Amino acid sequence: MKNTPVQLHVITRIVAFIILAFSIFLFFAGHNNPGGGFIGGLMTASALVLLFLSFDIKTIKKVLPFNYAKIIASGLLLAVLTGMVGMFLGRPFLEQFFDYYQLPILGKTELTTALPFDLGIYLVVVGFTLLVILTIAEDDS
Amino acid sequence: MSTLHFVTLAPFIMAIFVPIIYKKFRHLHTGWFILPLPLILFIYLFQYLPLDGSPMETVSYSVSWVPSLGINFTVYLDGLSLLFALLITGIGTLVVLYSIYYIANKKEEPLNNFYVYLMMFMGAMLGVVLSDNLIVLYVFWEITSLASSLLIAYWFHKEKSRYGAQKSMLITVTGGFSMLAGFTLMYLMTDTFSIRGIIAMADVIVTSPLFIPAMLLILLGAFTKSAQFPFHIWLPDAMEAPTPVSAYLHSATMVKAGIYLVARMTPVFGGQAEWFWIISTFGLFTLLWGSVSAVRQKDLKGILAFSTISQLGLIMSLLGLGSAGYHYEIIDGTSLPIVAVLAAVFHLINHATFKGSLFMVVGIIDHETGTRDIRKLGGLMTIMPITFTVSLIGIASMAGLPPFNGFLSKEMFFTGTLNSATLDVFNVGNFGVIFPIVAWIASVFTFIYCMIMLFKTFTGKHQPEKLDKAAHEAPIGLLISPIILASLVIVFGLFPNLLSYTIIEPVMQSIMPGLTAPGEQFYVNIYHWHGFNTELFMTMGVVFFGAFIFLNQKKWQDTTFYLRERDPLNWFYDNGLTGLINGSTVVNNVQMTGRLRDYFSYMFIFLIAIVSFMLWQSNALAVDFTNITEIPSYMYFVSLSLILCTIVIPFVSKRISAIVLMGVVGFLVALLFVVFRAPDLALTQLLVETVMVVLFLLVFYHLPELRKETFKPVFRLSNLIISIGVGLVVTLTALSVHAYSYENPISPISDFFVENSYALAGGNNIVNVILVDFRGLDTLLEVLVLGIVALGVVVLIKFKARKGEDV
Repeated sequence: MKNTPVQLHVITRIVAFIILAFSIFLFFAGHNNPGGGFIGGLMTASALVLLFLSFDIKTIKKVLPFNYAKIIASGLLLAVLTGMVGMFLGRPFLEQFFDYYQLPILGKTELTTALPFDLGIYLVVVGFTLLVILTIAEDDS
Repeated sequence: MSTLHFVTLAPFIMAIFVPIIYKKFRHLHTGWFILPLPLILFIYLFQYLPLDGSPMETVSYSVSWVPSLGINFTVYLDGLSLLFALLITGIGTLVVLYSIYYIANKKEEPLNNFYVYLMMFMGAMLGVVLSDNLIVLYVFWEITSLASSLLIAYWFHKEKSRYGAQKSMLITVTGGFSMLAGFTLMYLMTDTFSIRGIIAMADVIVTSPLFIPAMLLILLGAFTKSAQFPFHIWLPDAMEAPTPVSAYLHSATMVKAGIYLVARMTPVFGGQAEWFWIISTFGLFTLLWGSVSAVRQKDLKGILAFSTISQLGLIMSLLGLGSAGYHYEIIDGTSLPIVAVLAAVFHLINHATFKGSLFMVVGIIDHETGTRDIRKLGGLMTIMPITFTVSLIGIASMAGLPPFNGFLSKEMFFTGTLNSATLDVFNVGNFGVIFPIVAWIASVFTFIYCMIMLFKTFTGKHQPEKLDKAAHEAPIGLLISPIILASLVIVFGLFPNLLSYTIIEPVMQSIMPGLTAPGEQFYVNIYHWHGFNTELFMTMGVVFFGAFIFLNQKKWQDTTFYLRERDPLNWFYDNGLTGLINGSTVVNNVQMTGRLRDYFSYMFIFLIAIVSFMLWQSNALAVDFTNITEIPSYMYFVSLSLILCTIVIPFVSKRISAIVLMGVVGFLVALLFVVFRAPDLALTQLLVETVMVVLFLLVFYHLPELRKETFKPVFRLSNLIISIGVGLVVTLTALSVHAYSYENPISPISDFFVENSYALAGGNNIVNVILVDFRGLDTLLEVLVLGIVALGVVVLIKFKARKGEDV
């Protein structure tokens, strides 16, 4: 392979992980600070898009062998199932619950059903962005 | 369900079994299985006749259909219904018998279709005359239109049959719809659909402002069905039907449905000047027009069609003239307008008998010689003696010669018109003189076409070389029905008073109720010899002038008037129909260009129009800058760059620059979110914009090679105006909403979220709490949208339809 963009590859390897870490931070920060499933998902997707841009699609697909359609489906399923927790307890659909627990390492932590719901959204957004971009990019005809 | 309900429904039930019978018993003509039904119905209905001369007792039975809407299947049998029901079943029996021999080729003809349609028609017609409920009447009325069209197009492989069926369908259904509108107006006025209930409230209707529209709409229905001028044009084209159909539908029953309706509604509208004038003038004009047009016809069925039109006009005008009888108190003699009603009823019966027999005779001639053209026929008197005799009786009766029944009803017709000339109601005055004159002229023409029919067919030279078949006398089966009808013509002619108190008087009681004292009857006495009076001299004049004109036919038979057969009014129908189709095509082509740009223009123009109209209409336009917050100086910079980028985009000639500019706009909007303290939105906007630019570039890469660099925005003034208009309208709306919200402050719901986000949902980020907790359903469905879009993109790209493959 001639003209390998070594600089780009090296920088991407570092930056992509920083972006991924930031996206996870955004996802968890969402309940009390700016962020959340949607923004976190988009940020993760941007990191992956960066990987796809600097390396070629085949390589990254080998490294990250995800089926993004399945990720969308599992995200939707997770969101719906979280919503149905309320129904099993005799409450309306999509009612969220939260409480504070004393956890090891983390200390006093708030646990809420809004988090798995947000995770569902996160997964759908990641899956959507990458599925669309990759499908269009791979279309040769 | 009473027996009378079954009388109405029996033909429909029979229609269900016809195809089974046709399939199972191929060796026997299906008509033989049908024949007993109308005969049994006729015998059953016959026993309702008051044979001892006492007043007829009416019967009524009701079955609920849609009780919540006041629609009940109520059958009501009085004199009028009974007369029509007897005509329908009686002539129905004869027509079925005749059709067995007429459509004899049971291998090739689809007999099951024929008898299913015929049974449908018979049931529907019985339903029309027996129903007391206007909506039920309307339903059956439309079934008669439908069955009639099916029967006209029985030989559907013929172009002319289809034309005739379409024409009759369009005209009668138009009338039917307007009739439904009229019935609805009646319901609005009286709050009932029952005819008897409406008659009882006649005084309410007559004073109502809806009276004239209701009357006109109902009359439109009656006139189209009964082939009154100018709606008569469908009847001559309906002659493409098999002859039994013409004899049954287009002479004896269906075309009299309009007459029935007018007679039925006379107790409601009768006695009003509008009703009197419309019905009498239209009737008389139809009479004249039909008889004059009949003279021009060369086809025997064409003559009979116009003759039917003319005779229907006669009956209609008599009903109109008779409605003046409401202005007289108790009736005693025959010198008052009531004699017109008597004449109408009597002629109705007579016409059914002689016209039915004449149609059947013409069918026989057609069947045995292969043509109905009077220019090819001639000299059949000795070849077909029985047919000739029957024709002679029918034609003489139609012409109004003694001793047949047509003479009696025509004399009474003259009496009726002469009486009407001396009416002192409705401002008749000197106009009244026109009635007997028109009647007399029409009678002369009637006499002429009768003579043409008789002499051109049966006398003169026989021309076998012009005929498709060797002419010979018809089989006896074909002759039975016309012979029975012709005997009735003679019997009713010689002994008319057989009918007077058995059927005519009860009919008059139902057309003109309440005119006799309770328990009393109208005086009905029909006799041949009534002295040397005006009517007799008029008849002698008719015979003399008619014979004179016919004998001098050499002088007028080469005129264009005689040579042109088609009714001139067909021009309006044909051009109207093609004009309608062409006009709709033009309108459609102007408006439906197939270009998205035009449809967007329609939508935006409509948007501008309706929003600005609403702003103006509700006085909502308000621009109020008094309460706005102070604008920081950097906002001018941000807004100006935003505006500049937006304005530049349409003028950029390269796509790549446009994409970059769009990106700039997106990032500036993100900046605005930052300024307005919406960090979540700003973050999302930045990320979405980045992904969008990547997508745009990907799509840009895939654009076709050839037109890649040819993109150049075209300037259009109309587009500019529409764009400015939309922007202006939306801006003004926003400003008005702003001004309104200051005048009428509403506490925003966001206060609740601000106060309760931590307490109820355990989160400080209100935006996120709203998204996942307070309004979680919206978020769920939005990500569902994302999922669907992603799958859509995959499907569009990965599963392309091959050429010619059905998607």
